[in-house]
Amino acid sequence: MKESYNRAKIMNHIMTIVFYIVAGFFLLLLVSFAGYVIIHGFEGFHISLLSFDRNGIGNQLFNTIYLVFLSLFVSVPIGVLAGIYMAEYAKKNAFTTFIRICIETLSSLPSIVVGLFGYLVFILMTGSKWNLMAGAMAVSILTLPLICTVTEDALKSLPKEYKDGSFGVGATHWQTIIHVLIPASMKRIMTGVILAAGRGFGEAAVLLYTAGMSTDINWTNWNLSSPSCPLNPFRPGETLALHIWSSRTEAIMPNAAQIANFSSAILMILVFAFSIGARILGSHFDSNSSSRKETKIDKEPVQTLLQSKY
Amino acid sequence: MFKNGMFQKEYLGRTIVTICGFFMIVLTFFIGIFLVYKGSGTFTKYGHSITEFLFSSEWDPADNFTGGGKVGAAIYIFGSISTCMLALCIATPFSIASAIFMTMISPKLGKRIYRPAVEIFVGIPSVVYGWIGLTILVPVIRDRMHQGFGFSVLAASIVLAVMIFPSITTVVADAIENVPKEYIEGSYALGSTRWQSIYRIIIPTAKTGVLTGVILGLARAFGEALAVAMVIGKMRAFPKNIFSPTSNLTAAITSDMGGAANGGEYNIALWTMALLLFVISLLFIFIVHFITRSGEKHA
Repeated sequence: MKESYNRAKIMNHIMTIVFYIVAGFFLLLLVSFAGYVIIHGFEGFHISLLSFDRNGIGNQLFNTIYLVFLSLFVSVPIGVLAGIYMAEYAKKNAFTTFIRICIETLSSLPSIVVGLFGYLVFILMTGSKWNLMAGAMAVSILTLPLICTVTEDALKSLPKEYKDGSFGVGATHWQTIIHVLIPASMKRIMTGVILAAGRGFGEAAVLLYTAGMSTDINWTNWNLSSPSCPLNPFRPGETLALHIWSSRTEAIMPNAAQIANFSSAILMILVFAFSIGARILGSHFDSNSSSRKETKIDKEPVQTLLQSKY
Repeated sequence: MFKNGMFQKEYLGRTIVTICGFFMIVLTFFIGIFLVYKGSGTFTKYGHSITEFLFSSEWDPADNFTGGGKVGAAIYIFGSISTCMLALCIATPFSIASAIFMTMISPKLGKRIYRPAVEIFVGIPSVVYGWIGLTILVPVIRDRMHQGFGFSVLAASIVLAVMIFPSITTVVADAIENVPKEYIEGSYALGSTRWQSIYRIIIPTAKTGVLTGVILGLARAFGEALAVAMVIGKMRAFPKNIFSPTSNLTAAITSDMGGAANGGEYNIALWTMALLLFVISLLFIFIVHFITRSGEKHA
């Protein structure tokens, strides 16, 4: 009896140590991975790496941000509205389950498959060349389910009293959504949008056959219809992630490896900044939610509701 | 007048959101239909059998519209399966251990440092993993371990394992946190040690969550394209051992799609691969649903 008790205790200690080692090892791995990418990327940094020509990644950086911006233009409205439908109007039946399965399917599609779909629909069927808009549309297919689910969760997690209060003063369901529920869950929706943007920065496989792998920008040309105008969404544009991919084989540039290292570092920093930003916003929401419940939200939307003209 | 007012106050918005909800179905179907339409061409237009595509290893599709080549994708399929399985074998034990660490062993450290760190890593672009694999892992396997060119199944698996580790860990940790507190307290009250209650109570109770996490990780690994393509070597042969190069479905699509004539046998064969990836990702979703449903039944 005593022996087995001791054995169990020793086993417990051993396993605790094992868990500490495994966890420590992986934390170390992740931290050193991030550290290596960022430090190595800035090694031998020269200002020309940021230049807007073949030696730098200025153009690619601009393309990346512009493309994510364009994709959010498509995915945020549709995603948020679909999320509202799922949270507020969808009835609890087989059809809604079916939509949910569709959303899940979309969110787990391999990005290369979405890329091929985008290539087929936005490039081949429209008869155009590789362009940023097609890339943005393809990326928005990937981020759509994320934004939709986040919106749905945000709306569903609101206290029931918000709705009751709004209905009580005579608002319709839609008015309640627009004037009470959406403002109250704005922060969480924003968190989702930021996460989606972070995901968009890193996408590469999707863009291989949609946004293309070339960039030809003339920064003095501001004629929107010209293919070399930076803001023309219908020009080909290589993003940072694709630039890393292409420097794997590109031996034309002597500093291709260094550019790729630097691009990785910038990409990492972008993604970190966005996910930490989303986190801070999210935790702000969590810590404030209890106090917000009583003061700000409960009164404000209902007041605006009462003051509005209807 | 009243009707018009109600239209603006309720029906307009309601219609718009409903359309957006339906759009999700339309989009999914659109993607599915296009993939089936393009991908089935190998079997209908060019007359190959499904068994040839799945089990033959002779891959030589003709890059024209008459066909007559060979479309056996077994090497690519095997490449995908072997790298993913190996990656899963590497990542799963560590993921589960890490998840247990951050929920049971040191919840404070887990909540403040470990969990945020892991969650942030879910979002790291896969190309970056691939690039690091290419510049560190491949040279190490080549020069330190003296194994061929370094481009290998092993390199691909390690890159995938590091990539899916955060995804699996977060899902498993969520599952463990959902284990009712009474179960754990009950086992402590009966005198079990922490390790005993972990492997006798927590793991069995969180089993469905653990499986879900593993399958989601597998799905992510299966669909990963560029990171794997960078380190797998893209050689059209079955790997002799884990140090030899091979190829997989996603790598074949990424590298060959641009060169093949649209609508030709080669091009269509690559679409069939994409269709296969789509079908597999659907399959994973159904498995996850099946697991969670049977888990609910037992609970």
